[in-house]
Amino acid sequence: MGKSENIIELKHITRTYEDGFSAVSDFNLEVKRGEFVTFLGPSGCGKTTTLRMIAGFDLPTSGEILLNGEPITNLPPNKRPINTVFQRYALFPHMNIYENIAFGLKQKKTPKDVIEKKVKKVLALVDLEGFENRSVATLSGGQQQRIAIARALVNEPEILLLDEPLGALDLKMRKEMQIELKAMHDELGITFIYVTHDQEEALTMSDKIVVMSEGKMQQIGTPEDIYNEPKNAFVADFIGESNIFNGIMTGKLKARFCGGEFACVDDVEQGTHITAVVRPEDVELTAPGEGIISGVVDSVIFKGMHYEITVVSGKNEMVIQSVRSATPGERVGMRVDPENIHIMIAEDHTNIFAADINPDFHLEYNGHILDTSVTKIIKGSRRTEDGTLLDAHGEVIDPKKTKIMVSIQPSDIRMTDNMEEGIVQGYISNLIYKGDHYSYVIHTDLEQDFIVNDEYLWNMDDQVGLLMPVDKMKFALKR
Amino acid sequence: MKKYIKSAFLILVLLFLYLPIFILAVYSFTDATNIGAIRGFSLHNYVTLFTTPELLGMIGGTLLLAVGAAILATLLGTLGAIGAFYSKKGMSQAISTMNQVPVVNADVVTGFSLCILLVVVFGVSKDTFVPLVVGHVVLCAPFVYLSVMPKIRQMDPSIYEAALDLGATPFVALTQVVIPQILPGIISGFALAITLSLDDYFVATYTKPATFDTISTYVVNATKGAQTTIKTALWALSTVIFLIVLILVAVMNLKANKKVSERADV
Amino acid sequence: MRKLSFSRKSLGIPYALFLLVFVIAPLLVLFYYAFTDGQGQFTIANLTGFFTNPNTMGTLCYSFALAIVTTAVCLLLAYPIAYILAFSNMKSKSVILMLFVMPMWINFSLRITALKEVLTVLEGNLAMHPFLNAVIGMTYDFLPFMILPIYTTISKLDKALREAAMDLGASELETFLKITLPLSVPGIISGVSMVFLPAMTNYVVLDMLYNSTYIMGSLIGSYFAAYNWHGGSMIALILLGIICLFTLLTNGSEEENTRGGALL
Repeated sequence: MGKSENIIELKHITRTYEDGFSAVSDFNLEVKRGEFVTFLGPSGCGKTTTLRMIAGFDLPTSGEILLNGEPITNLPPNKRPINTVFQRYALFPHMNIYENIAFGLKQKKTPKDVIEKKVKKVLALVDLEGFENRSVATLSGGQQQRIAIARALVNEPEILLLDEPLGALDLKMRKEMQIELKAMHDELGITFIYVTHDQEEALTMSDKIVVMSEGKMQQIGTPEDIYNEPKNAFVADFIGESNIFNGIMTGKLKARFCGGEFACVDDVEQGTHITAVVRPEDVELTAPGEGIISGVVDSVIFKGMHYEITVVSGKNEMVIQSVRSATPGERVGMRVDPENIHIMIAEDHTNIFAADINPDFHLEYNGHILDTSVTKIIKGSRRTEDGTLLDAHGEVIDPKKTKIMVSIQPSDIRMTDNMEEGIVQGYISNLIYKGDHYSYVIHTDLEQDFIVNDEYLWNMDDQVGLLMPVDKMKFALKR
Repeated sequence: MKKYIKSAFLILVLLFLYLPIFILAVYSFTDATNIGAIRGFSLHNYVTLFTTPELLGMIGGTLLLAVGAAILATLLGTLGAIGAFYSKKGMSQAISTMNQVPVVNADVVTGFSLCILLVVVFGVSKDTFVPLVVGHVVLCAPFVYLSVMPKIRQMDPSIYEAALDLGATPFVALTQVVIPQILPGIISGFALAITLSLDDYFVATYTKPATFDTISTYVVNATKGAQTTIKTALWALSTVIFLIVLILVAVMNLKANKKVSERADV
Repeated sequence: MRKLSFSRKSLGIPYALFLLVFVIAPLLVLFYYAFTDGQGQFTIANLTGFFTNPNTMGTLCYSFALAIVTTAVCLLLAYPIAYILAFSNMKSKSVILMLFVMPMWINFSLRITALKEVLTVLEGNLAMHPFLNAVIGMTYDFLPFMILPIYTTISKLDKALREAAMDLGASELETFLKITLPLSVPGIISGVSMVFLPAMTNYVVLDMLYNSTYIMGSLIGSYFAAYNWHGGSMIALILLGIICLFTLLTNGSEEENTRGGALL
């Protein structure tokens, strides 16, 4: 049977726990033989869970994992030709280095002389020749890391899984190891699947990056693709430093954002609401009148390799990376090359939730009465004398079986510290800076997520009440 | 001045604890029949101790029981701790609670209730040694469990997965990776089990066959007026045990000191 | 949901079953016998009988008295020892601690025999002072068990706490009363729980020292000898009740049972 080109395939992998929490939802991936793939995302996004399912330590609730075309979803970890480098190395403390590395080979009943040769070879690969008889406790973090890699590689696995292996190392060590790992990958030709939350690491080492958030895949692509053309605001915000602005297309290849009209290279229909992404290193400082937009320098921070300059322009803020310094208070102009502006269609962030009709025929949500008349909401409806509600066709509307879908825009909702004032309460679970305002996600006590725009800065996890004026709401009937 | 009071206090209490044993030791090497007049040096007590079949049988039986019960207790307690650690919270809590019962319970109640269960309800004959062995395992296993559990908790959980990842079957992973890690807890649990078994009186009294005796039951009976030769032979036994314990402690201390100096060299 | 091929939690099943059969079942049997009479009829007569009979109530009181006095004496001796050792800088500290703990490993019956011989020389007829001898005997038996937990707790106290107290102006006595003593309470509770209950039930020590007064344990013994499972079970349950109460009050600080802790 011919080996398929994809060494591993994940099909509709979902992992849900007993309490209903989905760590991974509908994850699909194809990895080609010899690729260096990185799962990238913040803590809790599901990247480690997915890795563990590939290794066999966790079972997907649904979905299939194929290795070389054969399903291995139910295969126990010790039978998979896959080896893992654990986050905290997991070296066996009661065995010396030789025994640690030889462990996997011993399980396969490899003859002793073969083991000796292989151990020697792999120790040379990780630059720790002669360390056979040392004990684990006498090794530094970096050395333990390399032994952990050696222990996995000596078994010549088809796939090497690495679970945030460099997290415990200092910066210098980490950078060195990144280069070494990449070199090992190129030399050995083994498929690497790497998990990290460090986007710089991912960009440095990978052939392909899978960006994940909240159990779902956000984008797959090469490092350049992900960096230059993020598919949505999350990816744009997570990868690299970004300036993210709300804007609108004002003409063919022209977009208005951050108080100025820029030429761009994305052909999006005029009038579309867009989100524009500009990397700080792509913004050029000019003399005050010579840029597309102008502003005043707010702060200058020396970062070693560049200066981080923040410029305020009207209600917007632009972060710039430059090798030249600037003076706070200085008036400057800014321009950006059209190729360096990345346009994404603004996601429709309309909030939609369901409200009930209570027995008194008032609209009710979370115990609050929404001050509007039901007859106004449901077109053509009317109340009869004995109190029943009839719709336009004269049929009885049963309040218990009817829900009204309410929609309201993010900019129409106000947040308040005074929780009881709000129509519903929750906490801020996410926020993104959008140039002239912040876009917040509020997770409510009713387990819903609302998007709210506010020009002021609120903090993550702030408890807030949401004020929604009835006149800003739109209603639709749902049977 | 304060220092001397402290030292004096410590010495006094030590004297309180050891004087009776020392006195017995001294008299065991004489031919006296009571603590009082010494007549002359003699080893006849030791001769009696090591030649009387009744005494030797009793000592041997006690040791056999202790080792046997300790082995069973260690097996059950260790597996129980591993299983409980990896179980769901409810099961884990249940085992832990049940485990506490023999620990906090009075030996009298443990012995009595086991006897009622096995002999009266199930009709097991005491002559079969089953109640006795079960009794001692019930007494000891929970302490093995308590000994092993902290070691499991301290262990890095990912080394078990690392073993599986490298191709080991779960059994191999347990025996070659997990057990070596928790071995100190297993060993101290085993030692604890032996100590408890050797020292037990009540569980044995309620569960033993009529013709069998452990050191505890034998000595207690002998107090109620046994032959003089037996009485003084027991002084010899007391001295022998004291010396054995002393040697064991000294050896352990030397080993511990050796380990400390080894670590310092690295 | 598909299951992993091998589950480590199944290892706990043999032990769980063992505990169920040989720990829980006997308790149930005790309940059965305690609340039934000779004909198998349900009755609370055993319970009420215990609390109305002046003899058994007297036994209960004597047991409590003996246990309380013994525990107090042990505490008064053990605490200073543990304290002195914990704060000493002697090189042979661990050796001396071992010496205090070592008697635990010598069979109690032999130790009591030794004690009995000495007491006989000192007092003559031991039966003349039953309570005193009982206290001496129990203390002799249980003192090492009280020392270790208290020592462990005190020696693990953060030195900085005492230094902070003294830095803030407390005298040595105040530091002890307000800092060291309260923080050593878990160790005290642990030690007390290893002495109090055995002192109420270990009637063999009394027997060996010619104290023929009954304590709770002796009641079980005598009921057992008379084949009266009902009476014996009821006493056992009452003792268990006392244990439960005690455990609840001290909230089970049994995390590290130290009965053989010196071995670790």
